[in-house]
Amino acid sequence: MKTAEHPEQAAKFVANDERAHWHDQALWFVREKRDRMAVSLPEWEQLRSAASQIKLHTVSRLADYLEQFEQNATKLGAVVHWARDSEEHNQIVLSLLQKTGAKRVVKSKSMLTEECHLNPFLEEQGIEVVDTDLGERIVQMRKETPSHIVLPAIHIKKEEVSETFHEHLQTEAGNNDPNYLTEAARNHLREKFLAADVGITGVNFAIAETGGLVVCTNEGNADLGVSLPKMHIACMGIEKLIPHASDLSVFLRLLARSATGQPITTYSSHFHGPLPGGELHIILVDNGRSNLMGSEQFRNSLKCIRCGACMNTCPVYRRSGGHSYGTTVPGPIGSILAPSRDSKAHKSLPFACTLCGSCTDVCPVKIDLHHELLEWRGEIRQRGQLPMSKTVPMKLTSWMMRSPWLFRWVGAIGKFCLRHLPRWAIYHGLNPWGKQREMPESPKESFRELYQIHESKKASDE
Amino acid sequence: MSSRDQILKSIRNQVVASVDHPGLAGDWIRYDDRVAHFATVLAAVGGAAHVVDTAEEIVAVLSKVPAFAQASKIVSLCEQISGNVDFVAIDDPHALEDVDFAVLPAQFAVAENGAVWVDDAVVKHRVIYFIPQHLSFIVRSPADAADAIVDNMHLAYERISLGEPQFGAFVSGPSKTADIEQSLVIGAHGARSLNVFFLRQ
Ligand code: SF4
Repeated sequence: MKTAEHPEQAAKFVANDERAHWHDQALWFVREKRDRMAVSLPEWEQLRSAASQIKLHTVSRLADYLEQFEQNATKLGAVVHWARDSEEHNQIVLSLLQKTGAKRVVKSKSMLTEECHLNPFLEEQGIEVVDTDLGERIVQMRKETPSHIVLPAIHIKKEEVSETFHEHLQTEAGNNDPNYLTEAARNHLREKFLAADVGITGVNFAIAETGGLVVCTNEGNADLGVSLPKMHIACMGIEKLIPHASDLSVFLRLLARSATGQPITTYSSHFHGPLPGGELHIILVDNGRSNLMGSEQFRNSLKCIRCGACMNTCPVYRRSGGHSYGTTVPGPIGSILAPSRDSKAHKSLPFACTLCGSCTDVCPVKIDLHHELLEWRGEIRQRGQLPMSKTVPMKLTSWMMRSPWLFRWVGAIGKFCLRHLPRWAIYHGLNPWGKQREMPESPKESFRELYQIHESKKASDE
Repeated sequence: MSSRDQILKSIRNQVVASVDHPGLAGDWIRYDDRVAHFATVLAAVGGAAHVVDTAEEIVAVLSKVPAFAQASKIVSLCEQISGNVDFVAIDDPHALEDVDFAVLPAQFAVAENGAVWVDDAVVKHRVIYFIPQHLSFIVRSPADAADAIVDNMHLAYERISLGEPQFGAFVSGPSKTADIEQSLVIGAHGARSLNVFFLRQ
C-alpha cells in the first residue's frame, strides 16, 4: 500500500495559510506553558536524567519485569493477557466482550488501541465504542483520527465543533462557546457512561513491583468509564512498565508539566486489582516493540511516555498538522516509530524535520530525537528507499564538491543568476526552496574572493 | 509456544546492555510555607483550599457555595458534615448518578501540585470521587495543616503503601478540558468545583 508522502500532505495543510498559522500559535502556546512549568522546578534536569535512566534500566531487564508484573497483577485478582500484534490484541478484547455479552463500550484515550485500530474492528462486530475524551469524541463524531496524542482535536476550530455537535447532539446552531459545547458533551457522555457494559482504558504506567496500573486524565473520563461497569480492560504496550511505585514520583512530576504545562493531571488513578466483585483484564502488547529493543540507535524511543511535548515544539509539526504524518503517533517521535514498523511506507517522515533539535531539548525522558531522525535518513538511504528527487541532487552535489574548480565555477554561476535573472527564472517549480521564501541576497564576492582581497591587502600593507 | 512465551523469548533474544536504576535520592524541592504554596497551586488549577479549626467553619464556608446550598442530594462520608444519602446502603454505583455534592475524606496533600491523595479503603463505591457534580475533601491535621501536606511527589510516595487490592488517586482540582481550541473549561466529566479543607481538630 502506498502511503502518502509527508510533503504532499503538508502542502494541503499549509494551503490554508490562516489555519496553518492558527495551528502553529495554538501549539506554541502549549509549549510556552510547558516552559514555565519546567523552570519552576530547579531539579528539572535531574528529573529528566532520572526518568531516562529508569526507563533504560527497565528496558534492559524488560522480560524479568514483565514476569514480575504479571505475577503481582494476578495476585491482586487481575487477568493478564499477552498479544504479539494488533490482531491478537483486538481478538482478546473481542472475546472478553463476547464472554460478557457486552454491546456498549466506553473507552478513554489510548494510543495503543488507535495503533491497533480497535474501534473499527469492534464496530464491525456490532459493538458500540464511544471515545470519552472530549477531543477524541469530537474526532470520532467527525469520522477523523486524532491529530495529536495529547490534544486529539487540536486541528479543529470551535465553529467546526459547534457544527458537529449541532448535527449529533442537537446543540444550538452557531453557538461556538466552548463552555456550552463542553456542557453538551458532558451530558451526552454521562448517558454513555451510565449505559456502558465495559470500560476500556489505556495505561500510562504499569508497576512491576506491585502489579498496579496508573492512568492519568484531566477530564475524569477514564475513571467514570471503569468505576460503573463491572469489567475494566486495560490495554498497554510492553514499554509502559516501570520497576517500582516510587519511580512514579519522577514520571508524574514530568508528564503533565511537559504535556500541557500543568503541575499534574487532575486525576492520576492507581488501579491495583479489579473493582470489588468486578474484573480487570490487562493486555500486554508487543506489536513490534521487542524488535526495537535490540537496536542500539532506536532503543531509546521505547522510553517515550507520550507527553506530546516534541510535537508542540516541532516547527514542522506545528506548520504541517498531525494528519500530514499519516500515522497514529505523529511528530518527531512518530517519525521514528513509524519507519521502524515499515520504513518503505513511512520513508518520508524522517525528512519532515529541520534537525533543529528542539524536540530533544524538551523531551522529558531525554530521547535524542533529532539524532535518531538523522540515523533513520541514513538507514533509508542504505535500504535504497530514497526517492530520485533526493538521490540525484545528492549525487550531483557530492560530485561537484569533490572538485574545487567545479565548485568555484558553479558558485559563480549561481551568484550571477541570483543577481541578474528575472524573478520568473528563479522562482518556479524546479526550485522548491523559493516556494514560500525569498532566496538569499547574493553578495558581489564569494567568501573565497573576499579572503583573497583581504590577504593581498594585508600583504601590501606590510 | 504461547504468545506470552514468544514475546518473552523475543525480548530475551535482544542484546541489551545492562543499565542500573539511578535511585531516587535528590535535592527535591521544598517550600517554606507548604500551606500557602498548596493553596496557590490549587487555586491555579481551579480549586480552593481552606484551613479551619472546627466543623462549623466548614459548614459556614460551604453554605456560601451555591452548589452546596442548592444541592438536593448530598453524600457525606465525613462525620463533621451531614449528608442525605445512605451511601453504604447503595449496592449499585449507578444509583449515584444524580449526586449533587459529595464531602469526602482525603489522606494528605501535595504542595508542589495541589493534589490530595484519596483511596477506596473507606469508600464503598470509588465512583463517588468522579460522579458528583461538586466535590469537597476534608483532610484531618490535628496540630497544623502543614503536617498533612508533603512538599513533593517523592515524599508523597513515601506516605503511600501500594500493592494491596485497592484503588487510589491523586486528585488536583476540579475536572477540566481544553480540547476545544485550547480554551480551559472546568467541569468536563467529573466535579465542577473542588474545595479542600484542612481541619485542625
Ligand atoms: S518522545 Fe519525548 S517529548 Fe515526544 S512524546 Fe515521547 S516523551 Fe514526550
